[in-house]
Amino acid sequence: MFKYSKKLLDHFFHPKNMGKIKNPDGVGVAGNPICGDVLKLYIKIKENKIADIKFETLGCAAAIAVSSVLTEMVKGKTIDEALKIKNEDIVKELGGIPPQKIHCSLLGEEALKKAIKDWQSKKK
Amino acid sequence: MRVKKIYLDNAATTPLDPRVLKAMLPFLKEEYGNPSSLHSLGQRSREAIEKSREIIANFIKAKTDEIFFTSGGTESNNFAIKGVAFANEKFGKHIITSKIEHHAVLEPCHWLEKNGFKVSYLDVDKNGLINVNQVEKTITDETILVSIMHANNEIGTIEPIVEIGNLIKKVREERKERNIKTPIYFHTDAVQTFGHLPINVNELNVDLLSASAHKLYGPKGTGLLYIKKGVKIEPLIHGGGHEKGLRSGTENTAGIVGFAKAVEIAKKEMDKEYQRLTKFRDLLIEEIFKKIDGVSLNGDRYLRLPNNINISVKGVEGEAMVLYLDKKGIACSTGSACSSHSLEPSHVLLAIGKSPEEAHSSLRITLGRFTKEKDLKIFIQALTETINYLRKISPLWEK
Repeated sequence: MFKYSKKLLDHFFHPKNMGKIKNPDGVGVAGNPICGDVLKLYIKIKENKIADIKFETLGCAAAIAVSSVLTEMVKGKTIDEALKIKNEDIVKELGGIPPQKIHCSLLGEEALKKAIKDWQSKKK
Repeated sequence: MRVKKIYLDNAATTPLDPRVLKAMLPFLKEEYGNPSSLHSLGQRSREAIEKSREIIANFIKAKTDEIFFTSGGTESNNFAIKGVAFANEKFGKHIITSKIEHHAVLEPCHWLEKNGFKVSYLDVDKNGLINVNQVEKTITDETILVSIMHANNEIGTIEPIVEIGNLIKKVREERKERNIKTPIYFHTDAVQTFGHLPINVNELNVDLLSASAHKLYGPKGTGLLYIKKGVKIEPLIHGGGHEKGLRSGTENTAGIVGFAKAVEIAKKEMDKEYQRLTKFRDLLIEEIFKKIDGVSLNGDRYLRLPNNINISVKGVEGEAMVLYLDKKGIACSTGSACSSHSLEPSHVLLAIGKSPEEAHSSLRITLGRFTKEKDLKIFIQALTETINYLRKISPLWEK
């Protein structure tokens, strides 16, 4: 078995910003058929900034930790800043992810981009 | 606060019984002689090994010279499959096994396929049961080996070994009548049942049987292959000619003595333990279904090992469950891809028709000798809390 970092386990056992947002401005869902993970992000936008973000995730420790740490990284950021977040940044923030779990971090990046896109498309 | 540890992963391995450890200790200390040596120190080791062989042979109604010690279940399965394949390939190159075998059977078979053998992997039904008629239909005059596990390690389903054994016997007699020289052998991987269910090699009609000591409260690194007299088999490990030339290497005296002690204890306690664990198992299944929604049982409800519970839990993932339970001091396992080396979900759950989602959300709980009734209550409580919490996070669970 692989070993998870302390920070990853901390986010897994004590996830931040979990749950739904009522009337969200954007929702992004990313799923990975390899691992069976589903990651759902809800965002609230105010003055071009991510005012609130919450997640619901079905998945392994890495998927849940990615969701949790991502919400912390993104909260308060401008849309442009949020869009710049790459999966490598999430991995770094978690103090590393076992190689076979890297795809979980891609899910985080994907769900965030989809949520922002969802908001942009509704705005039009 | 010290968390009380509850070990519910006995299908993975069992703790060493203190009585086994006590029997082993002299052979890890003063009785270090090489059993092949002529001096008395060596001869005492030899005696201990041969006495152990006798105890184990008696346990499964085999002859002493039909028990071959190995390094464990994986080696025994490799030995049985590749050894029979190599020794009999001039007669036929067809092997039959099932889709739910342990990797220690499947992988040697895959390897043989790359080396010119043909292997049929039989389907099982939704409970994991092999259809004996299907075995019969798959046998050709090229078939030299049928390998079907006694009970499955993931879902606990107990296979109709007696019936398959009878079938193979019938095929053998029928080949004799037709004057066909190709032998056909029946191997069973009994790693999950040895010391837990009664095994009589004559009643099961098996020619080869694999077992491993660490699944019955013995030490790791010791196993055996029962090889019925007359079975043609090639050794995999060549060297000094130990185990009648079929498995070279200085014997693991302490391990073998421990294996025999574990067998002695199992022989004495097996019947009572079977009753006790069956009661616990049924109680747990009942409680889980009563307390938790969206749970399904994997494997046959009744034709299953007394210690095995395997469930799929809607809306949560297996690795997350295992880690949350571990934090609460409970050890169990999952067939989820996320916890495997390969990121493939359990081949057993997929073979019984479960969806990848169900396989990802599976949890295996396996009870053992040291499981107490009060552990069950603690486990149910921990499981309920874990599932409730993870479902709160899950996007795919609406109460």
